[in-house]
Amino acid sequence: MNTVVQARQLGKRYGRRRWALRDCTVDIPAGHVVGLVGPNGAGKTTLLKLAAGRLEPTSGAITVLGGPPADTPGQLARVGFVAQDAPVYTQLTVAEHLRLGARLNPRWDAGLASERAARFGLTPAHRAGRLSGGQRAQLALTLGLAKRPELLILDEPVASLDPLARREFMQGLMEATAEHAFSVVLSSHLVSDLERVCDFLVVLVDSRVLVAGEVETLLATHHRLTGPRRDPGRLPAGQQVICASHTDRQSTYVVRTDAPIHDPAWTVTPLGLEDLVLAYLDRRPAGDPRTPLAVRP
Amino acid sequence: MIWLTWRQLRGSAIAMAAVLAVIGAVLLLTGPGMAARHTAGLADCAAQSTCLQFYDRFFGDYDTPFLAVSLLVVLLPAFAGLFWAAPMITRELEAGTHLLAWSQSVTRRRWLAVKLGITCLLAMAAACLCGLMVTWWSGPLDDSAPADLALVAPLVFGARGVVPMGYAAFAVALGVAVGMFVRRTLPAMALTLAVFAAVQIAMPLLVRPHLMAPVTSTFEIGPANVEGISVDRDGGGTPRIRLKSVTPGHPGSWVLANGILDPAGRPLADDGGGSAVPVSTTSGPCAPGAAFGACTTEINRLGYRQRATFHPLERFWPLQWIETGIYAALALGLAGSSFWAIRRRLS
Repeated sequence: MNTVVQARQLGKRYGRRRWALRDCTVDIPAGHVVGLVGPNGAGKTTLLKLAAGRLEPTSGAITVLGGPPADTPGQLARVGFVAQDAPVYTQLTVAEHLRLGARLNPRWDAGLASERAARFGLTPAHRAGRLSGGQRAQLALTLGLAKRPELLILDEPVASLDPLARREFMQGLMEATAEHAFSVVLSSHLVSDLERVCDFLVVLVDSRVLVAGEVETLLATHHRLTGPRRDPGRLPAGQQVICASHTDRQSTYVVRTDAPIHDPAWTVTPLGLEDLVLAYLDRRPAGDPRTPLAVRP
Repeated sequence: MIWLTWRQLRGSAIAMAAVLAVIGAVLLLTGPGMAARHTAGLADCAAQSTCLQFYDRFFGDYDTPFLAVSLLVVLLPAFAGLFWAAPMITRELEAGTHLLAWSQSVTRRRWLAVKLGITCLLAMAAACLCGLMVTWWSGPLDDSAPADLALVAPLVFGARGVVPMGYAAFAVALGVAVGMFVRRTLPAMALTLAVFAAVQIAMPLLVRPHLMAPVTSTFEIGPANVEGISVDRDGGGTPRIRLKSVTPGHPGSWVLANGILDPAGRPLADDGGGSAVPVSTTSGPCAPGAAFGACTTEINRLGYRQRATFHPLERFWPLQWIETGIYAALALGLAGSSFWAIRRRLS
């Protein structure tokens, strides 16, 4: 399978001490809209910046589209990057932004750019500083799309947008991915933003990739089991416990398994994408003093 | 990238061009008249040998515009560094727009090279134009200026010729480099100004005197180099001689050290109020009532001499080129550190 991003023990340290990303290993296949989820400070932005060639790794290796994410015009033309909060030049007009894109990108698609600008009500003569947050994000996305990259990286593209603008932004992105074949990696700390557009999910917690896979597969292999209280050691070997919670009589597990679940004691319910991600975020790191089955007095 | 840089700099560049055009027009209109007055005045005074008085009168009439245009040339490079170069990087970093620029198919090095290059060239062109215009206009005035405002003296040297171009290149490279490391607009502007001012003060005080080996010569003592003679009654009546910072026969030179040698060639002590020369002030040419010229002639006859270490006026252009080269090298060094920073520090 073709990978767009391949990271091996990737690490990035700022200053002497602070590791923003450490031991991150992930493969992201081509042709997907990939959602990168994780809590704030998990290292999402750092990973995306490393992939876009904005940062150089401190340790480990990363390849993007088969090559190192170098700061060369050729590689830059293949990878689009829309930074957090969609920065634009406030003093420049919309038309000047498109002109900037046309002058700075060899594969610039002027038709796509002007068509999108018209569709989202970006008046060419308006200064970018006077656009609404949603329009600014659309302008930044238009620049990223009209560059016609093979991989478009979006860092928290909708974090600062209102719900309506979020939906419009995501719709625009989906239409573009349907029309032109390219891969997208976008990050968010809200799964609901990604649910509609992503078909591949990467969950990054504490700079570690907890799970990565196609959304369909993930949904098909994760189940919530509810039943009488039971020790996790007594679950079948094929079932990997993602998270567990117990009351006096009842245990609830989220497990990952490829095999069907036949135990009649369990009530099996399917998981939504959001529950699935939450289950991973809920998981305590190893060495946590709390044991799942503490006996209460 | 050139288009984007020009688009961002357009407003201030046009404003600068307009200001320079106005100043240029004023200089162009007033320059020839002043030069004609200078030529006519010189022809006149040479006939009556009153040229010193003419110089004083002529310079006195124009001293305010002279200082104003000189100040303008001195301030222009600082302005470019402060208001063009320092905010150029920091504003992008503060607004995050550098990420937008770097998301296009343009490498960071190219982004920096074009921004730095164009700004530097514009600032150098402005400083060079301004400097040469002012050099041309103030030619007659520089010819008539008192010793401390001579062409090669510290106060005027930096406002003439080609050094403003070097200052401008340095100021822009400094502003960009400081912006790279400081990353905030106001602190970057403040630091740029502080460093630029420090270098501009250190240069004439510490470095420029040594750019070429200064000349040391002795001169006869006479009315041309004696500022005044005072007789201190408490000091046993010995006259004290104060020297002017001039070198007879080398008008307009930059005097670095000045003093009186006694007949044996030893320097006399100078406490700032002049050197005591042991000559009788009760009788002879230095007695009260005698002519000023007679006293200096007598001192000269006794073997006292002025010894001055100086840069003659002819060194103006060599010093200009050397100093321009030094500033160009400093600018290149700073540009190099900016390129290092954009690779290593910025993201």
